Amino acid sequence: MSMTATTPVRRFSLANALPALTGIGTLVTFFLIVELLIQTDMLSRFIVPPPSEIIASFPRVIVEEHVLQRFVQTLGECLTAGVMLTVVGVAIGVLMQRIKLLQQACETWVAALASAPVVLCYPLFMVIFGRNAWTIIMMGFVAGLPPVILKTLEGISGTRKVLVNVGRSFNLTSSQQFWKILFPAALPTIFVGIRLGLIFALINVVGVEFLINFGGLGQLINELAERYDLAGTYAAICFVVLVSVLFFMAVEKAERWLTRAE
Amino acid sequence: MTPPAAQQSNNDILVVDDVVVRFDTPDGSVTAVDHVSFGVRPGEFLSVIGPSGCGKSTLFNVIGGLLGHTEGMVSVAGVTINGPHQSIGMVFQEESTFPWRSVTDNVAFPLELIGMPKAQRIERARHFISLVGLDGFENRYPNELSGGMRQRVSLARTLASEPKILLMDEPFAALDEQTRLLLGDKVLQIQQQLKQTTLLITHNITEAVQMSDRILVMTYRPGRVKRIVDIDLPRPRTSEIVGSEAFGRYVAQIWADLREEASRGMRDEEDHMMHPAGSKS
Repeated sequence: MSMTATTPVRRFSLANALPALTGIGTLVTFFLIVELLIQTDMLSRFIVPPPSEIIASFPRVIVEEHVLQRFVQTLGECLTAGVMLTVVGVAIGVLMQRIKLLQQACETWVAALASAPVVLCYPLFMVIFGRNAWTIIMMGFVAGLPPVILKTLEGISGTRKVLVNVGRSFNLTSSQQFWKILFPAALPTIFVGIRLGLIFALINVVGVEFLINFGGLGQLINELAERYDLAGTYAAICFVVLVSVLFFMAVEKAERWLTRAE
Repeated sequence: MTPPAAQQSNNDILVVDDVVVRFDTPDGSVTAVDHVSFGVRPGEFLSVIGPSGCGKSTLFNVIGGLLGHTEGMVSVAGVTINGPHQSIGMVFQEESTFPWRSVTDNVAFPLELIGMPKAQRIERARHFISLVGLDGFENRYPNELSGGMRQRVSLARTLASEPKILLMDEPFAALDEQTRLLLGDKVLQIQQQLKQTTLLITHNITEAVQMSDRILVMTYRPGRVKRIVDIDLPRPRTSEIVGSEAFGRYVAQIWADLREEASRGMRDEEDHMMHPAGSKS
């Protein structure tokens, strides 16, 4: 019954690239339709600027508005909030799973916090941290924390019983059981929480930058909107999307590295 | 056939002595395993067979140390077992490979726990991977393997811990009949090669007769030892033996015992459906 296997080799082919090409094609088609609707006056250019104008405004936004510096600032704030919510969120989730009383007492509150409009608390955070980057980071951190806690809790609690029993049959200590079985088994679910947390954090970071008119891309969007520079505003929004894309690529890489085949 | 009274001898490596397991339920205490006693000799292949709900899996968990027993004693080589023990290796019914580890890393898991150096444990793991016939799949992950291959990984992982007793709970239950027979061959071949003392929990008569030196037949709830049948078929055995006349006789003999118990189980289930707990007057 002995069998042998060969390692599959990945080669570039049109079939492999088709989903990505379809995605790009759909986006380009959407922009062409918007452009056409604006050029034929079916859509007001005072509400939505033509995509061609947005593209044309990129050099101006990059050079005159120092968008790269702002981009790095927003990216840094999101990164700090992301690292904090991952470390603290996972730790709290693990603690709640280990201490049943804590879980019973707090799980509903954490779930309620996930749906609360935390961004409205920005005046309080400004009083505590001042009008600086920490207010923005802490707002992002608090907003992104609940999904990480809840998904960590769900992931560890949902570990298949047979895997726990395998650990028990090998007489693992409580610490070995956690690090060698519970945590790796929960990682895919924890990453779902981290992704959700990052979405909430990014929305809140840019939102608070906009509201307190401080910092990176949020402040730039605020300023450009105040000047009624619609093409520039949308170009700046494109950079926010770029921050989001970069984060998701980084999280995906980290997840693949940590969970390998899953 | 051996009567239930003469189930142990002095040279048994595993002794299950008068074990009782009771569970407290809202409807009162339920006896799952009732005064079960038997012994397993070194290098022997013993199967425990019984209808669904007879307490086979409870017994598996008790011997493996995953579940406490209410009365009695379980010992391995004279040492009383009160929890998971390194001398007992368990293979579970459900798929139990670690999806985040490659085949090699899965099999090397128990060696990692004892602190064996990496190079040495990989070499050792490859030996057991080869033993279960998975050469060439060392770097694959469980999601790239079939159900039967994953069970072989689980078996290799348990064997890598070099247990005195291999304890298997219906390891082929989720597999198709052909894979089950072929895997049975593989397990037999390994068991003979390593002279591995093995205790198999199953409800499959063919599987039990194909592999065992003795078969312990359990009664339906509460689980008691009904009979122990010596299987006097020549070794080495393969799945080809299932076509022999002697094999058919053993299957018929065990089915005669089991039929009565399985029918009792069916009647009991029907009775529970008709009169759920609490609705009886």
